[in-house]
Amino acid sequence: MRITPEVVERVARLSRLELTEEERATFASQLSSILEYFARLDRLPTEGVEPTSHAIRVTNVFRPDQVVPSLPVEAVVAMAPQAHEGFVVVPRVLEAEE
Amino acid sequence: MKELVGRPYHELRPRLGKDFSVRELVDAYLENIERLDGQVRAYLTVTADRARAQAQELDDRLARREPLPPLAGMPVAVKDNLCTRGVRTTCGSRILEPFVPPYDATAVQRLREAGAVLLGKTNLDEFAMGSSTENSGFFSTRNPWRLDHVPGGSSGGSAAAVAAGEALAALGSDTGGSIRQPASLCGVVGLKPTYGRVSRYGLVAFASSLDQIGPLSLDVRDCALVLQAISGHDPHDSTSVDLPVPDVVASLEAGVRGLRVGVPVEFFGEGLHPGVRQAVLEAVRVLEGLGARVEEVALPTLEYALPTYYLIACAEASSNLARYDGVAYGYRSPGAHDLYTLYARTRAEGFGPEVKRRIMLGTFALSEGYYEGFYKKAQQVRTLVRRDFDRCFQRVDVLATPTSPVAGFRLGERTADPLQMYLADVYTIPVNLAGLPGISVPCGFVDGLPVGLQLVGRPFEEATVLRVAYAYEQATEWHRHRCPLLRG
Repeated sequence: MRITPEVVERVARLSRLELTEEERATFASQLSSILEYFARLDRLPTEGVEPTSHAIRVTNVFRPDQVVPSLPVEAVVAMAPQAHEGFVVVPRVLEAEE
Repeated sequence: MKELVGRPYHELRPRLGKDFSVRELVDAYLENIERLDGQVRAYLTVTADRARAQAQELDDRLARREPLPPLAGMPVAVKDNLCTRGVRTTCGSRILEPFVPPYDATAVQRLREAGAVLLGKTNLDEFAMGSSTENSGFFSTRNPWRLDHVPGGSSGGSAAAVAAGEALAALGSDTGGSIRQPASLCGVVGLKPTYGRVSRYGLVAFASSLDQIGPLSLDVRDCALVLQAISGHDPHDSTSVDLPVPDVVASLEAGVRGLRVGVPVEFFGEGLHPGVRQAVLEAVRVLEGLGARVEEVALPTLEYALPTYYLIACAEASSNLARYDGVAYGYRSPGAHDLYTLYARTRAEGFGPEVKRRIMLGTFALSEGYYEGFYKKAQQVRTLVRRDFDRCFQRVDVLATPTSPVAGFRLGERTADPLQMYLADVYTIPVNLAGLPGISVPCGFVDGLPVGLQLVGRPFEEATVLRVAYAYEQATEWHRHRCPLLRG
């Protein structure tokens, strides 16, 4: 399977990754050869086979809807790269009206 | 107190508080870290002061003749993708370099409650993605047996620490072999429990349907002791299974007479080093000599397991790692003025090349037009791999295979070709796809490098796996070998 730098760029955008020109070229060739090796899966017929998402059967797990203490706000906000008065600071999301 | 280092905990425990104090045991390990870690580089963080304080507390309890918990004074290391309250947890990544968790992972908390003393946090491939610890965002760890060789990965720091006497036991995580493969390469014991046996709460997520936490240790009994302490249901992890935890220590000595051991022929084909093959087949003969019934079995999907694993693991990783966006914790790129650039630049600067490669691979496999052909296909093949194991376990009780196709490789030898690196896990990966318990125990040497025997059991039959491993170990001397670095 040939992965072009254009496909790499599209996937990088979906992945929220800024890539350099050099990274785009490297990933295009590496992903191509990895996917070429992975293409051996096509030799194995899987029609009608149930997909497995978990090896050990899991079902919904419920708990009583009770309020329990959570981490203190200060401890959580203290982890943020930038914070102000108990809030996490991020760049402006909405454009300001002129 | 140097003679305390490199001895299994179960040998030291009866002497604790009589021949030496917890403080002396912990100090002996801290001194050995001081002496050797400049060469081995197993640790990202050493928590010496906390360790000494905790040791003192245990000695005080000893002095008051209080009963001590099962792992009292065991000096342990924890892989740096497990959250430790107040102790930096980097996951081997620049993007989490500043991260100090406000809580302990359940496995860490249980170790602490069992009396184990945390010495520090060990190096790993970034986000546990790798098989050599060379993908760490900080530095490479060395194999204590030969410093120009890799320790394996991704729990390379934990395996190297145990092998070099820089920790008596350690926790690792295993998504595709990340406990067993480094255990094999470093000549120690490493166990991946059944998926769901140990809570993953506080383990930084890589591939959530495959990740599992487990112990690395000098021998099988210590491994069982640590597993016993960390196992069991946890309401914080809804995939941890609410089943009773059997006493895996008590059943160790039950022997293997009449037990059926399966040898899957596909694991002895092309790509296996002849020296490794010989050591593993010799180990199977030892089990036969102990009364086990050996028979050949088939796992024909083995050659499909590797691509299946990488598609599933990368798809899950691409989703799990979406949380590293520079907003609430971890690294943030300076100078981004809009949200998209903040995300994309933070991730570009914070992640290393292998993590980016896997996020890209996973995003691709999940993207429109490719989902059916890649991700769904992989999930279907996963079903076939599981059925292969089910068929084997109708005939036999455990499977015996090599852990790694080679005894080891040099630093830099495989970094240029990602696919060559992926092949390092070819024998461990199917076990994760099927969620089974697997252990690696030392079974010989090739050119002075340790070789590992992998034993795999039915779901939640850790006790059987450990019992077979113990019988093998007691019949051989491999687990008593220590690396020249530690002896010197």
